[in-house]
Amino acid sequence: MEELCTGLCSVLTESGAELGLAYFLSLLVGVLLVSGVPLLTVILLIWIERKVAARIQDRIGPNRVGPVGLLQTIADMIKLLSKEDITPTAADRVLYNAAPLVSFASVVLLWAVIPFTPFHYGVDLEIGALYFVAIASFGTLAIMAAGWASNNKYALLGAFRVVALLVSYEVPLVFALLAPVMLAGSMSLVDIVNAQSGMWFVVLSPLAFVIFYISSQAETGRAPFDLIEAESELVAGFNIEYSGMKFGMFFAAEFLHVFTNGIIMAILFFGGWMGPLYYESPLIAFAWLGAKGGLIYFTTLWLRNTVPRLRIDQIMAFNWKFLVPLSIANLILISLALKVMQELGIAPRDMLSASFGDLLPATAILLVINGAMILYLLGILRKRGREARRESHEARAGYPQTASVAGR
Amino acid sequence: MAQTPVQGRGLVAPVTGLNGCGHSGYQGADEMNVLNEWAFVGLFAVMAPVFPALPIVIAWLFRPRKPNVLKSSTYECGVETIGDTWVQFRVQYYIYGLIFLVFDVEMVFLFPWAVAYNEMSLFGFVAGFLFIFLLTDALFYAWKKNALDWK
Repeated sequence: MEELCTGLCSVLTESGAELGLAYFLSLLVGVLLVSGVPLLTVILLIWIERKVAARIQDRIGPNRVGPVGLLQTIADMIKLLSKEDITPTAADRVLYNAAPLVSFASVVLLWAVIPFTPFHYGVDLEIGALYFVAIASFGTLAIMAAGWASNNKYALLGAFRVVALLVSYEVPLVFALLAPVMLAGSMSLVDIVNAQSGMWFVVLSPLAFVIFYISSQAETGRAPFDLIEAESELVAGFNIEYSGMKFGMFFAAEFLHVFTNGIIMAILFFGGWMGPLYYESPLIAFAWLGAKGGLIYFTTLWLRNTVPRLRIDQIMAFNWKFLVPLSIANLILISLALKVMQELGIAPRDMLSASFGDLLPATAILLVINGAMILYLLGILRKRGREARRESHEARAGYPQTASVAGR
Repeated sequence: MAQTPVQGRGLVAPVTGLNGCGHSGYQGADEMNVLNEWAFVGLFAVMAPVFPALPIVIAWLFRPRKPNVLKSSTYECGVETIGDTWVQFRVQYYIYGLIFLVFDVEMVFLFPWAVAYNEMSLFGFVAGFLFIFLLTDALFYAWKKNALDWK
């Protein structure tokens, strides 16, 4: 126990606090500091999301409460606080109340392993990447619980679909996640960032990034994968029976999850805090991470507001018949190419000590392989798209009534 | 109530292996460090549901309470709900669940393979490939059996 006590803890024991209490307090301060970041950003995120969505849809967005509508979220929170909270009599009360808590907690828990700067992070777990996958799937559990406990047919249908979607897209997500783990030779997120000092992993394995990006868009239930709130089909989906602050928690969890995924992608593929002058001050390192994560977050919002929703059968087919085989092929190709290069002595065995120059030949070869794969895939997609269009044209010419419902 | 010495801990730590805080890097995490990390994660896991619970509790203090039979009934756009909601559901979900399970378990085994990748011998590398191949095989089997089609 004594060995665990350093930093703030030892300061507390020095000033006369009991060892156990001091240790607990120092941990608690750490937890509050780390969780403070997501809890504060989520207020801003909701405003950003609404403002970006408005701009894309040629509106102005919230602009009444506070300067440029910045306080709109606060006003909404106050409104939600004063809303009546309806629990349907038919609901399973315990699960019904637990679901929003689990949903939000699963996103906040992700921040425990996120390294903000080289020295500032909640905890640097040896299995950080696996922890990310494990905790992220708690969100799926919360949605299932919410849908089931609501005892509402729309909610249950929505939950089924969403869980099928989330569970399916977790497969390519994890396969893509294996690429940075493999390149860095570690699951610790700090090690993964450090291993990118020579070259960002997005350059070494762009396809893995694209797969990760698409599946994390699906994991957060954003368009084109927004079955999670298919308003026109399922009224609202799994959260139809929720109202007031409990609904607000699902809402906040989703918004925060999108941003968290942006940060995770910045860490895994874009070198996290790496950037000019990051070693000068932790603030600069933190700003780099925020800028990269924010940029990726912005592109996800852009995507969300641009593309239409896919049907469930299209979504599932895209995952199992395209994304999963692709992610496996990508993993095999990358690992094979890198291993051959390592055996030939072209690629370094340790990314951490490899400089930009050491990695150049390997990068060029991997880029060529990835580029060839992407071109091949685009060819396949083009061919399939043409076939599908021709079929739908023929179907429409023959049976004008059934064309729009075909495949539902 | 032992008083712990503060001075020199950071310097002593790598030598004695009593690295109480922070990252042990490539020397491998020692037992104490691991314990410390998971104590943090444990406390985080306890605290995480408190953050969303707080606003809900505050809302519970302020919110109006005017329930009635109609308001608390199941909301299905004004139409009364017919039959039981918790019924058997389509088998397709189970199939996706099963395929997912196969891959999820595979992933757990592939993570160590990926971590050891850089120092791996050719044998270990090929063994990993064989493992991936066997499970990809299962995916194509399911594909050919039309288990992946949403019906």
